[in-house]
Amino acid sequence: MGFMNLFKHFLGDDWGVHPDDHKRPAADQAVRVMPVPAKLYLPLQQHLGGPARPVVLVGQKVKKGELIAEAQGMVSAPIHAPTSGTIAAVTEITAPHPSGLTLPAIILEADGADEWIDLHGCADPFALDPAEVGKRVAAAGVVGLGGAAFPSAVKLIGASKAKVTTLVMNGGECEPYLSCDDRLMRDAAAGIVDGIRIMLHATGAKVALVGIEDNKPEAIAAMQAAAAGFDTVQIRPVPARYPMGSEKQLIQVLTGIEVPADGRPADIGVIVHNVGTALALRTAVREGKPLISRLVTVNGNCASQPGNIEVRVGTLAEEVIAFAGGLKGDGLGLARRVMGGPMMGMQIPHWRVPVVKGTSGILAFDAAEVAEQEPNPCIRCSSCVKACPMGLLPLEMSSRIRNEAYGEAIDLGLKDCIACGCCAYVCPSKIPLVQYFVHAKGELAAQDRAKLRGDATKKLALQRQERLEREAREKAEANAKRKAEREAAAAAKAAAEAAASAASAGQGVV
Amino acid sequence: MNTAALTAQPVASPHAHGGNSVTRTMFRVQMALVPATLYGFWLFGWPAFFLWLLTILSCLGFEALSLKLMGVTRIKRTLFDGSALLTGWLLAMTLPPWAPWWVAVLGGFIAIVIGKQVFGGVGQNVFNPAMVARVALLVSFPLPLTQWVSPLPMSAGATPDFVASLRIFLTSLPVPDAMTSATLLGHAKTELARGIDLGQALGAGPALSLIGMRAGSFGESAALLILCGGLYLLITRVITWHAPLAVLAGVAIPAAIAHGVDPGRFLSVEAHLLSGALVLGAFFIATDYVTSPNTASGQIVFGLGIGFLTWVIRSFGGYPEGMAFAVLLMNALTPVIDRFVKPRVLGRDRKGKPLDIPENT
Repeated sequence: MGFMNLFKHFLGDDWGVHPDDHKRPAADQAVRVMPVPAKLYLPLQQHLGGPARPVVLVGQKVKKGELIAEAQGMVSAPIHAPTSGTIAAVTEITAPHPSGLTLPAIILEADGADEWIDLHGCADPFALDPAEVGKRVAAAGVVGLGGAAFPSAVKLIGASKAKVTTLVMNGGECEPYLSCDDRLMRDAAAGIVDGIRIMLHATGAKVALVGIEDNKPEAIAAMQAAAAGFDTVQIRPVPARYPMGSEKQLIQVLTGIEVPADGRPADIGVIVHNVGTALALRTAVREGKPLISRLVTVNGNCASQPGNIEVRVGTLAEEVIAFAGGLKGDGLGLARRVMGGPMMGMQIPHWRVPVVKGTSGILAFDAAEVAEQEPNPCIRCSSCVKACPMGLLPLEMSSRIRNEAYGEAIDLGLKDCIACGCCAYVCPSKIPLVQYFVHAKGELAAQDRAKLRGDATKKLALQRQERLEREAREKAEANAKRKAEREAAAAAKAAAEAAASAASAGQGVV
Repeated sequence: MNTAALTAQPVASPHAHGGNSVTRTMFRVQMALVPATLYGFWLFGWPAFFLWLLTILSCLGFEALSLKLMGVTRIKRTLFDGSALLTGWLLAMTLPPWAPWWVAVLGGFIAIVIGKQVFGGVGQNVFNPAMVARVALLVSFPLPLTQWVSPLPMSAGATPDFVASLRIFLTSLPVPDAMTSATLLGHAKTELARGIDLGQALGAGPALSLIGMRAGSFGESAALLILCGGLYLLITRVITWHAPLAVLAGVAIPAAIAHGVDPGRFLSVEAHLLSGALVLGAFFIATDYVTSPNTASGQIVFGLGIGFLTWVIRSFGGYPEGMAFAVLLMNALTPVIDRFVKPRVLGRDRKGKPLDIPENT
């Protein structure tokens, strides 16, 4: 730890944690390209937002890069065939999620030819209208490759509307074990810088600040060399500290501006993209190729040959691991399977889960790495308070959640929690704090849904009651009216009869 | 709520852990206490060792008993997390070195049962258990709790051997007058009451406190060794500087002003800082996780409060030492401090309102 860090620690300005990064030796291995597997499993929901809608039929032949599912709704992304072949099924497969629930997906059987469709690239993207760039990015199904998989075009188009001035490029890769962004920056720096410049053109931002953690000196050097000719692309080494790659934290470190709690980065003139996304965007715009493959880090103590592998989207994790060299001792010491990073990635139930666009890592952890232990009572050591990058009080929030006082947890800032996991990482009592917060957020969402449903039911009941009352009233009024009419008629009749009898009597008298 | 979801095998991230544990933390605090403790044994002989041992055993025993009575199934795990051991150790440090056996047993009972378990066990107590026991003993049994044996290397009496020490420990006979002396703070208080100027009364007292060559509690004597332990805790990040420095400042600032105004009536800064329980309290008691505020700023408020109250009690109160009272008073205020002193959430102002979104940049 440097002197400045020690000083900052002394002052208490020490958010986040400094986990052992475990990035090497995987980061130093050359990228291996995995051949196309026999079958690809393509979930329709690989991104944030609405799932894509299939536009192919079972048995249909498709070429590599052909659209097989189209975007649906405002925030969504299309899915393309990662290779040429035949659509084998449109069915449900195990989702990359700890629940092991299934998700609708398209299964593609490769034909081995790996034949592209006709590609329509663009030699000079800077001559294109910014809106046109956005359209091309949307059509190529590019999503954020950092992990959240937010459709990139939505951000680009939103940014040009919101008058964004600064593009923050996330090359932090603060998650331990992962090195796919590091590898991309070392190997394809020129492409990334080109992609960043296209992003600048598409958003109207004046400058791009590329934040790279200082534990990646090779990547910093490569990116600095690639960006040398361009004033608008500035490489900014940042201290290695988790979660440096979190949007709000990276923006604050690079620009000094805080994103308001109820706002988005665009509100302060900033958008954030991942460096990997820049490269995918460049490929999409310049070559017209959709996003059909990505770099995945295979790592963890159980992986026998850790490294970065270029994988077609839809390849099963099982096959990626086998290609990477398999697991040590045939997976005997395997304690946990994780997709993504160790801090925010998700546990998966088995390896027969496909790599999706947002999959940055496949991690095979042994028991020592997971360090799973039963939780002890909280000793209020406030390690979590010191670690929280958002300035929250995780120990107070979790005690409220344990007592089901969700309202109080929200008052303490539950909704500001970014689930980065720093609190649980430092907790000496091994309390699964993130689990508490995720649980509470889920519970609150369920309550909101129940409330909406309840409100709707109440409204219907109220309307029914009103209708019944109205009908009863109308009926009563009609009855009263009829009665009045009847009485009037009877009265008239009686009067007429009386008159008639009087007349006859009169006649009699006369 | 589906409570099963909270107790089930965690599936949420993170899938890694920093490696810190309650046991490791407690162990480090105990390591930090070792030098001052060993020095205390040398200063005060076997009786001090027996006192230390029995206080710890008493705390562990009452912890086990409480857990059993409460129906906790895995007693061993909680028992050996180190917290009860540490409570006993800290309590022993604050006792007169030749206190009789029943002080250790009763102290353990008060600390663990009344101070900790009735509140719900580890992490739930409002007051520092060791300080609760210390104060309860002092108020209930003022005589044995204020008999200060002189450090043996300085004493006129013969150093008791093992058997004689056991006799001293098990029979609560008063310590022979020749072997006792007043603590520096006690001495100052008596002399003041007799109308003697502090300048004449003290002499080289404070300087001797630095190395513990004076009468006092078993583990509080050598300010220097306790300070070393405190620095070890700072370096290993078990504690942060906020509370200890605030405690020291809370005493030093009023002491400097008062001593500057009337040196004959008020003790000097160094006499305050090096005497009694101050250094032990600053680094080992005010930093107690459970009973101190959560935030750095809160800990500064808490520490300043302890320091200032200690100075007030020492200077104007009936007791010569006020550390334990001050700690308990500030413990009671901890929930209030935590309520008002909160960290600022990123993207929000101090009141929790979201920051303003700038008008079209």
